Amino acid sequence: MKTTELPRWATGFVLPVLNLLSALLVAALAIHLLGESPAESLTILINSAVINPEGLAYTLFYASTFIFTGLAVSVAMKAGLFNIGAEGQMYFGGLGLTLAMLSLDRALPAWLLIPAAMAGSAAFGAAWAFLPGYLQARRGSHVVVTTIMFNFIAAGLMNFIIVKYLIPEGEQNPASRVFSQAGEMPRLGQWFPALGDTPLNVSFLLAIVALVIYGVMVWRSSWGYELRATGLNQHAAHYAGIKISRMIIVAMIISGALAGLAAVNSIMGSTHYLSLNFPAGAGFVGIAIALMGRQHPVGIFLSSVLFGALIQGGFDLSLEKPNIPQETFIFIQGLIILFCGAMENLYAPAVLKLINATRKG
Amino acid sequence: MQPAVEFRNISKAFGPVQANADVSFSIAKGSIHGVIGENGAGKSTLMSILYGYYNADSGQILIDGQPRTIRTSHEAIALGIGMVHQHFMLVENMTVLDNVMLGAEGGFKLAAHRAETEKKLREICARYRLDVDPLATISDLSVGAQQRVEILKQIYRSANILILDEPTAVLTAQETASLFEILRLFKEQGKTIILITHKLQEIMDITDQVTVMRAGRVAGATATAETTKEQLANMMVGRPIQSELPRGPYKPGEAVLKVSNLQLRDANEVKLLADIDLTVRAGEIVAIAGVSGNGQSELMEILSGMRLPTSGKIEFLGRELPFAHRSNPDGLPAAFRLLGIGHVPEDRLRDGVIKGFSVMQNTVFGYQDRVKNRWGLFDFEAISRRCAHLLEAFDVRPKDPDIRIGLLSGGNQQKVVIAREVSANPKLMLVGQPTRGVDIGTIESIHTQLLRLRDEGVAILLVSVELEEVRALADRIVVMSGGRITGELNIDEFDTTRIGLLMGGMHKS
Repeated sequence: MKTTELPRWATGFVLPVLNLLSALLVAALAIHLLGESPAESLTILINSAVINPEGLAYTLFYASTFIFTGLAVSVAMKAGLFNIGAEGQMYFGGLGLTLAMLSLDRALPAWLLIPAAMAGSAAFGAAWAFLPGYLQARRGSHVVVTTIMFNFIAAGLMNFIIVKYLIPEGEQNPASRVFSQAGEMPRLGQWFPALGDTPLNVSFLLAIVALVIYGVMVWRSSWGYELRATGLNQHAAHYAGIKISRMIIVAMIISGALAGLAAVNSIMGSTHYLSLNFPAGAGFVGIAIALMGRQHPVGIFLSSVLFGALIQGGFDLSLEKPNIPQETFIFIQGLIILFCGAMENLYAPAVLKLINATRKG
Repeated sequence: MQPAVEFRNISKAFGPVQANADVSFSIAKGSIHGVIGENGAGKSTLMSILYGYYNADSGQILIDGQPRTIRTSHEAIALGIGMVHQHFMLVENMTVLDNVMLGAEGGFKLAAHRAETEKKLREICARYRLDVDPLATISDLSVGAQQRVEILKQIYRSANILILDEPTAVLTAQETASLFEILRLFKEQGKTIILITHKLQEIMDITDQVTVMRAGRVAGATATAETTKEQLANMMVGRPIQSELPRGPYKPGEAVLKVSNLQLRDANEVKLLADIDLTVRAGEIVAIAGVSGNGQSELMEILSGMRLPTSGKIEFLGRELPFAHRSNPDGLPAAFRLLGIGHVPEDRLRDGVIKGFSVMQNTVFGYQDRVKNRWGLFDFEAISRRCAHLLEAFDVRPKDPDIRIGLLSGGNQQKVVIAREVSANPKLMLVGQPTRGVDIGTIESIHTQLLRLRDEGVAILLVSVELEEVRALADRIVVMSGGRITGELNIDEFDTTRIGLLMGGMHKS
């Protein structure tokens, strides 16, 4: 029998893999044009990002941040909202975290301080997402436009706050003071020596927990059902008695809280101070991850690891191959977003034909 | 004489669905030819092939005896084929004249051509007695007049073969009669008309020949004079259908719904509903008849909690419904549902189901708070048991709870919606257009369910634009026009002409 719809294994697995391969193929072409061997480069990339335990630790460290921003974008996307503002929300979450740290890090023990700082990051991220959510729900201002603007506002505001209030006296570097040791997220290396002295920390485990909670809430709870119904068809959601405006605002608050929590890994897991532009694009990578992972927990995890691997491997690659600049990572990332996001159904007709052909024969 | 159109062995498949299979018949020049069949029987696909929207997988079309390949609608127009769609293709804020010229502007400078076109339009209007002012704006015209503009457009483009897709779906009885007069005039002038419909009476009234389609094939073809409605209906369905469904005696109980002095105005203070007084008792079906767009949808939205009225009182089982002091209806449908008001919405794809959800997920839609286990999570076991039971009891096909509901036929989607709303044991059931886009076999099953519900003592308020349906179900009939109730009658006073007049806005008398 002929089918007009692709089976789930095709949309969930075959298409993403084909898209990813296409992106890598174009990247390989670019590397070839730069005068390097694509095969050799790929070997270096995989070795440094996955095979080498320390490299893998770095990959997972980057992935921890991306899981949070990916979840942030995903949960909003499930409600039909395209939250472009995870970057700004994460940035603002960093401020919440830092304020909690600066006021409490000398008073509280680690087991109280870390949750307090996390709460600060989630609250500030949520607040920064609440405003666009409210404007969308009650005033109809499109969330894409407002969140983009809020990214800029966050960047400017943080610049001002850091430079004006947070730089310790006598310092030039636009960053807060270093937090006390009690505010450091425990590193996994202390339990698994093979991971070496890497910043991979408990945040990674928290990210996994967040993925599980997200999966359960979105697919197994009536709240998640209402969230998805709102995202798919607002008319029907209204018919079903769902409070659409409230759902939109709540989804944005959760999205912002998750984006805010992404700051925990990068600040408390690694730098231990707030610095200018610390999200470094992680919020935008979250968009790519949500698209590529199709807002599914497993998909989000795999794409986060992929992007983490690209950063880690790309970094080592640029060290070993002087012809390949470090920005190659951004280039490959762009290609992946292009193929997996904007052109995700590029191969769908061909795959469909192939399935129908094999079924006939 | 050469037939105007001849289909030879046309086949067309959409994925697994064989929309047309080996369809062959011909349409005589200067005749009115009816094509009748259930939804999904392939009538529209066949006409879309003739009009160049789709290309047939195999087969041939002959126009005036010449084999033709019609790849686009431009080619169809060039061959003198015109189509009046069920949903009008008009730009609302442009004049009739501009709409007719659209796509045939005749050059860069509009003014000269416009004057010429206007003259020609007035000629056509006079010749075919189409009562349309070329300078009127479309949005100011009645639905019937808009349809005449569509026809005018086709004539202006010198169509000799006119396809009308369900042209009477939005018309009152009177408007239908005047449309038919126009069509007869066309026939006298030698034009060929193809009338697609699922209304048997229209076929009997106006066509010369009729082709019945079923499941993509020609199920029968005959001269209209030599057949009866019953024969045609049996051909359409493929089995005899019951014309009268069994129903218990009319024993209305207490007043379940009492609407008094209900008003609704939109943001521009335009009256959408005015002075609505209405009572529905337990164990009766009150049908609101009317041409669509005369306030029925708004009334149903208010009664189901989806929209707030401007003023008025609604009592449900003697208590006022809790909408006063509210600034928006967010979440109100859930509250109404909890009180015992079920709602089968008029537009099921917009409101009634989530296309991307599975059948099983759709069976709890609106009741998602009632299927939780003690952890507050979905009790999938209970949901799936309930779903299996509903699919069985309401004969939903296929009986696959995990298939996306968007892949079901309209009739089966509707069965899921009705099953869901009935299974919540409502005291009042609001039913909007329950058989729109539903095939005859399923209509019978849906009607049976609604009558059973009535016999069990549920109060049912039905909105339907199909008088046949009103006649088949109602105990009492309320006619609406222009947002007002223009008349009420009992089922034993059923009279198409009178209802038609009331639907057209003639006042209570």
